[in-house]
Amino acid sequence: MTALQAVRNISRLTLRVWRRDLDVYLTTWKTNFLPPLLEPVFYVLAFGLGIGSLIGDLVYQGVTVSYLRFMAPGVLAVAIMFWSFFENTYASFVRMYYQRTFDAMMATPLLVEDVIAGEILWGTTKSLLASVIMLGVLTGFGLVAYPTGLWVVPLAVLGGLLFASLGMICTAVTPNIDTFNFPIFVFVFPMFMFSGTFFPIDILPEWARILAWILPLTHVSLLVRGSTLGWYPDGAVWSLLYLTLVTAAAFLVALLLMKRRLVK
Amino acid sequence: MSGDAAVVSARAVTKRYGSFAAVDGVDFEVRKGECVGFLGPNGAGKTTIVRMVSCFSPITEGRIRVFGLDVSRSPREVKAQLGICPQEDNLDPDFSVERNLLVYARYFSLPARAVRERARELLDLMQLREKAGAKIQELSGGMKRRLVLARALLNQPRMLILDEPTTGLDPQARQLIWQRVRMLKARGTTILLTTHYMEEASQLCDRVLLMDRGEILLNGSPSNLIEREVGREVVELWNFTDEVLAFIREKGWEHETLDERVHVFLPPGDDGGREIGHRFPHQEHLLRLATLEDVFLRKAGRALRDG
Repeated sequence: MTALQAVRNISRLTLRVWRRDLDVYLTTWKTNFLPPLLEPVFYVLAFGLGIGSLIGDLVYQGVTVSYLRFMAPGVLAVAIMFWSFFENTYASFVRMYYQRTFDAMMATPLLVEDVIAGEILWGTTKSLLASVIMLGVLTGFGLVAYPTGLWVVPLAVLGGLLFASLGMICTAVTPNIDTFNFPIFVFVFPMFMFSGTFFPIDILPEWARILAWILPLTHVSLLVRGSTLGWYPDGAVWSLLYLTLVTAAAFLVALLLMKRRLVK
Repeated sequence: MSGDAAVVSARAVTKRYGSFAAVDGVDFEVRKGECVGFLGPNGAGKTTIVRMVSCFSPITEGRIRVFGLDVSRSPREVKAQLGICPQEDNLDPDFSVERNLLVYARYFSLPARAVRERARELLDLMQLREKAGAKIQELSGGMKRRLVLARALLNQPRMLILDEPTTGLDPQARQLIWQRVRMLKARGTTILLTTHYMEEASQLCDRVLLMDRGEILLNGSPSNLIEREVGREVVELWNFTDEVLAFIREKGWEHETLDERVHVFLPPGDDGGREIGHRFPHQEHLLRLATLEDVFLRKAGRALRDG
């Protein structure tokens, strides 16, 4: 009931919160655009030409692909996670705690739900912007198949929303800004490494494979990889369903926990 | 709503945090055009009341209506018509001075064109015009406060809420804020403010609600409260002897001892100050006009906890 009420309290004004964050982003857009442009270049150089030349080709879902083509969607999946998660942890925390931006917003017709939903929407947007830029760069390297590659765009929205919500949950419960180290090391970092991002998870022992399938990034990787390689990966529907459910749950929990933190 | 209708009406309002009652069953009203001040030490419950009136804090028990609307049911509608100056400056450091106003106006869905003009007017009013393009970090404490005040006026609020408007400001900056608040008052703006500065309350408020430990102890105009509760004059004595004390008791004067200082509250027309000086020529003492601080001292039996 309370969760339903919280969702109902989100109004169109939430876009004004999103717009505020966008405006700040645009005032420094040159520096903001640079990382997502350079990051894939470095990845391609280091992993593709470096490690990839040691590995050569590998077999993924019964098809032989070069390591570089295998790894490129992993880079995208990681970016989808990082950009929204970091936006809604560190950056949101700075706005909430140090700048008191949320308090200022709540002295207007905005409700707390508008503020939180707007922040999550902005985190999602950061993932989307970064993914689109990186997709362009990877396309330049000839690593994306089209038209399937365009699926990366809606996947970045879904994945962005998920990791934005998870980030917001961390912000809702963190006692201070340093404590973000904890979810990053027990949650984000293992996902970065073990979600089929840089190697196929089938080569893991069974227990580790099961763990990997629980991690949401595994499903993002799977779907993004299918898009850039240009084929329909096994279990895509299940991954999509799993991601949708986890995202909806995380969004609700984020909303409720932030409300608990801010409304006293 | 009729002219003298209550802008705020609070009935039996309680706010509890766990078992602690920050506000304990208070009733009060703010009428149109009035400047009402909640006065009391830190922790008295002033800010908690302000947070409930401005729809920040849910009410544990009781009811608050603002402009006839229940704050628990219609927070958006209530907040759309309020101008809120919070205790801590929460200006947006990511934007310039003018941009702060423009971005904030969007939260009220004000038309962008009218807002540009209004923002310029308000910057003029608050003497911030030449700072329009400055970063927030470049502003002094007084300028920040004035900008917060300008921001609170963007939506042409029906009531202004000032939570400790001059705390932490130097005297000059404080005077400038007071001037502006007086000007708004003169224009008929309804104002609800909190302060722990007695002087601020005397200077600005038509009516003062004296609070301590979550309760409203007294309610009245500053001058009325002083006259009613402590009279006109107070004699302060220090380094006093038992003899002087005995004399005061004998005279039947109301007094309060605080930090080795005796405060004697003289009844109206009593020339006690001169009498003490005459009887005890070597006694160090000070005769002064009574203030709201004395009212609080009399009523709560202790000095205001400042800071």
